[in-house]
Amino acid sequence: MEVVDKEGRTLTFSVGPQHPGSGHFRIIVTVDGDFIVDVKPDPGYVHRGAEKMSEERTYIQNIPHLERPVIIDSCGILFPYVLAVEELLGIQAPPRAQYIRIIMAELNRIISHMYWLSIFGIFLGHSTMFMWPMGDRELFIDLAESIGGTRVTFSYFVPGGVRNDLPEGFKERALRTCNYFEKRLKEYNKIFFSNPMFLKRTQGVGVLSKEDAIKIGVTGPNLRASGVASDTRKDEPYSSYDTIKWDIPVRKEGDCHARGMVRFQELFDSMNIIRQALDLIPEGPVKVPMRGQVKGKVGEAFARTEAARGTMFYHIISDGATHPYRVKISVPSFRNLIAIPFLLKGSHIADMPPIYWGLDYWPVEADK
Amino acid sequence: METFEEFLKRVITIVFWILLLIPLIIIPVVLLVLVPLGVPVPTANRIFTAIIDPLVMLQFMDELGLGPSSLFFKIAAFPGFTFAAGVATLTILYERKLLAKMQNRVGPLYAGRFEGILQPIADLFKLISKEILTPEKADKPFFWAVPFLVMAVGGSFLALIPLSPEIYIAKSEIGLLIIFAIIGFFPLVVLIAGWASSNKFSFIGGLRALHQLISYEIPLLLSAIGVVLLSGSLDLMKIVDAQKSMWFIIPQFLGATIFYITMLAELERIPFDLPEADTELVAGWYTEYSGMHFGILQLANYVKLYGLAALFIILFLGGWNGPAFLPPFAWFLIKLFVVISAILLPRGTNTRVRIDQLIRLGWVYLIFLAFANLFIALAVASLGVI
Repeated sequence: MEVVDKEGRTLTFSVGPQHPGSGHFRIIVTVDGDFIVDVKPDPGYVHRGAEKMSEERTYIQNIPHLERPVIIDSCGILFPYVLAVEELLGIQAPPRAQYIRIIMAELNRIISHMYWLSIFGIFLGHSTMFMWPMGDRELFIDLAESIGGTRVTFSYFVPGGVRNDLPEGFKERALRTCNYFEKRLKEYNKIFFSNPMFLKRTQGVGVLSKEDAIKIGVTGPNLRASGVASDTRKDEPYSSYDTIKWDIPVRKEGDCHARGMVRFQELFDSMNIIRQALDLIPEGPVKVPMRGQVKGKVGEAFARTEAARGTMFYHIISDGATHPYRVKISVPSFRNLIAIPFLLKGSHIADMPPIYWGLDYWPVEADK
Repeated sequence: METFEEFLKRVITIVFWILLLIPLIIIPVVLLVLVPLGVPVPTANRIFTAIIDPLVMLQFMDELGLGPSSLFFKIAAFPGFTFAAGVATLTILYERKLLAKMQNRVGPLYAGRFEGILQPIADLFKLISKEILTPEKADKPFFWAVPFLVMAVGGSFLALIPLSPEIYIAKSEIGLLIIFAIIGFFPLVVLIAGWASSNKFSFIGGLRALHQLISYEIPLLLSAIGVVLLSGSLDLMKIVDAQKSMWFIIPQFLGATIFYITMLAELERIPFDLPEADTELVAGWYTEYSGMHFGILQLANYVKLYGLAALFIILFLGGWNGPAFLPPFAWFLIKLFVVISAILLPRGTNTRVRIDQLIRLGWVYLIFLAFANLFIALAVASLGVI
């Protein structure tokens, strides 16, 4: 047994990279009794050089490998890339394609949040909350599969639109799934979100105040749980999101419970957006016809969208060739990583799983 | 997937082969061993009759001094270890099926062809076939001793628990006290396990278990004292006899609730499974145990579950008392099923509590309530209601 400091009070151990509660990511934790005194996150186990790889491939070839870092939210990470490339090409997706993109992005947000919810349940020891969302998630995966052709990695967004049109009878099936799932969410609320044990474990745990949240720079649901009404879909509307009405869920507490409730509310909101998009969707083509190799004009392009974990940002520089000159990806997980040591210091060992997973940190996305 | 008829056919074939192999191979081999040793050998005819007729078999065992009335049979087989292990195995299967039904799953399905009834046996074979790993830096004698110590602690207090007026192993006038003394060994064993594994997660898990078990043994003891006051005896037989008119759960409802909560903590079950919290401590003090070591620990845990459930029935649910149309032992089994279900259910609906919340609950609320319960018992006893 390795005891680190001279007084022999603290114990250092490594959580990860094969720990059941972490993914390919390691946190070196020093504890004094039941309290964590020092935390050193150690990311980088799944770095695959997505940015450098993008420089060697054409704009179209980039699509499948750029969604690999976060396959459970593959449309979320691809959306800003497609928008930036369209800006370089000087084209815009047709209206029907824009609404299909909204539907697909929101389906992916639900799939990602359901995955998060089930792991959050099992991290707190609630095995029923692990099984239920994992089972119901399949319904949405089936819906997305009927559009994109595969279970998770769709490669569905392409510069100039989407790959194919919605299948026949999609609207009815989507509405039926949403109606069923809303009933299920009420059951989730009964067994998990209003369970006094759950409240006791998460309320007041890992509090991130509004000032700290802005200073550290967390994004997405974590920022909204700390009382900042920030959502890229509202702040800088893209792809016809400005025609859709919904309220940004905001909680003031900034603790694990607030982060859970914001994501729970976003499940309802995403279904609401899908319903509106299905009503608003016009007829027409889904793709701008293009011929030959895609070549960006010389220049730079930026795009920012709201992925499931927060703001996803792409900066693409083109020198006029068929390959991008430089692709810079700014992922939300990497910014949420900064909050992990900040929140873990001084907390109980048992609060480590809810704080860590409450931030929805996805190691592969952060390592790119 | 086989149909049920095909399954029956397979079973009949297997039974046929077993019946054929016993007289052809097993009996000659046994005789070849027994005759040179000078053991009085019964005739082959009698052995064959014993195989197909249980009554002859019992007679046969009686002659060898291993009959149902002998102490060996009682400890090893019927109210003792084999029965407890059987109940524990069934509990594991029942828990998996019950949880699966709660979570929209099917649970074990294929082993045994019918709702996975042979899954525990399949698990047993899997565990036996796995290698038992010992960490290099572990304190090996203690590390190897722990599974058997846990089993000894979990199994030994079963000897004092009567299952009906006739079915018991040992009688003692201070049975309840001895049971609590045996349960008190458990924190020590867990601490040894945590220390001997030489693993940081095991160590933290062992310390957590120590804190938890010590803070919960006091309310457990105090909630049972109310029953002792009402019945005026520490003898479990007399406690059951005192409940002929009214079960003690009615005047002692608070005590029964405290006993139930502390029982969950004592068994390290969700919501009190902190010593083996799998998301923060890998598997707590079980971490380094593999293969059949882990199997024995798991079995010991469920044997302990059965023992505490039986104790709950005797203290609060009137033991084997019940309307006369069923024998006492049947009433005991029915109550056992109900209590075990109640112990298993929280696993599907609750999150894990934190160690500081758990210790506050134990040392502040439960002890206070246990004392309040003691005064209720005193009031009931002095008013002479029972």
